[in-house]
Amino acid sequence: MKGTEAFRELVPMLGDRPVVHANGYICRESFQVLDREANFYMIGSMGLASSIGLGVALGRQDKQVVVFDGDGNVLMAMGTLAMIAAAAPKNFVHVVFDNQVYESTGSQRSLSGEIPLEEVARSVGYRHTERVTKKEELGPAFKRMLAEQGPSFLLVKVEPGFNPKTGRVTHSPEEITARFMRALQ
Amino acid sequence: MLSSERFIERLKEEGFSFFTGVPCSLLSGLISCLENRPDYLPAVREDAAVGLCAGAFMAGRLPVLLMQNSGLGYSLNAFTSLNLIYKIPVLVIMSWRGHLGKDAPEHIIMGDINENLLKTSGMEYAVLGDDNAEEVLARALRVIGQGLPFTLLVKKGQFDERH
Ligand SMILES: Cc1ncc(C[n+]2csc(CCOP(=O)(O)OP(=O)(O)O)c2C)c(N)n1
Ligand SMILES: [Mg+2]
Repeated sequence: MKGTEAFRELVPMLGDRPVVHANGYICRESFQVLDREANFYMIGSMGLASSIGLGVALGRQDKQVVVFDGDGNVLMAMGTLAMIAAAAPKNFVHVVFDNQVYESTGSQRSLSGEIPLEEVARSVGYRHTERVTKKEELGPAFKRMLAEQGPSFLLVKVEPGFNPKTGRVTHSPEEITARFMRALQ
Repeated sequence: MLSSERFIERLKEEGFSFFTGVPCSLLSGLISCLENRPDYLPAVREDAAVGLCAGAFMAGRLPVLLMQNSGLGYSLNAFTSLNLIYKIPVLVIMSWRGHLGKDAPEHIIMGDINENLLKTSGMEYAVLGDDNAEEVLARALRVIGQGLPFTLLVKKGQFDERH
């Protein structure tokens, strides 16, 4: 399954849940599929989508918070997995689009071909972890994630194949903050 | 010397409601007042703490981040590519190791340049002293009200230590 196909599958299931996006193509793909006020597009700060999402989840325990992360981003901030597991927010859903490369910078190999990130998440203490490789498994797995108590971790194996013509996020960073905070009210 | 307990109380009176960070012995008194509270989460790294505070702020909390100045090196990218451009404020309480070149070798360079790093990246800061705490706090709240981070630099002996 291609990254875009995975986004097309998941986005309609989001409802009004806040979603924090990792930098690079993940922001751009998701923006292209559907631009939502409740999307926080983190364009810089590689590795921090997960900690930002944790902060939102702890601050707003009445909202289920989703993080759309990348394998390179997760590998950069593995310690944050420990913070998430220790804080154990029930309302935290971590989705990782694992293409085994740093696609945004030209598809250089990452370590996730050797390191099963969902097992890292499980051993650190996430309550619910799954790996999905087939498109038809993705929707049902995400549905289970949304129904279970978190913190949850869904590893989605995707093939690299981002369309470089996909536009950039057109909102300014300041607008992204304002929209996201409005959506959270 | 300022009382750690009283200072944390003042922060809470001003509406700060979310605390995280990586310890420094100079801040040990402050952290010991927070450690067992539900609104404190130990961070694994300073940049992750910056992200955590940003999320908490957008979710309606007013965050405080405690760190050693060595953590400024780790978190500079987060301040410049997150807080400063997204207008996400945070109060940073940063210990000033290596002040005036009197400290262990690993602190000397950062102790020499931390003010310049803050200045050159456009981050407002103040050096906390015995007599300026209220004034500095008022300034911090003004800057935070504009959606920007503010750093309080804390020298050795400014707060009671507990270790
Ligand atoms: C601190 C830092 N280092 C490097 C980069 C360059 N960079 C931007 S996106 C990216 C790749 C992210 O990889 P991954 O999370 O796997 O997402 P993918 O691009 O594969 O969708 C890199 C290395 C950066 N933005 N910040
Ligand atoms: Mg990748």
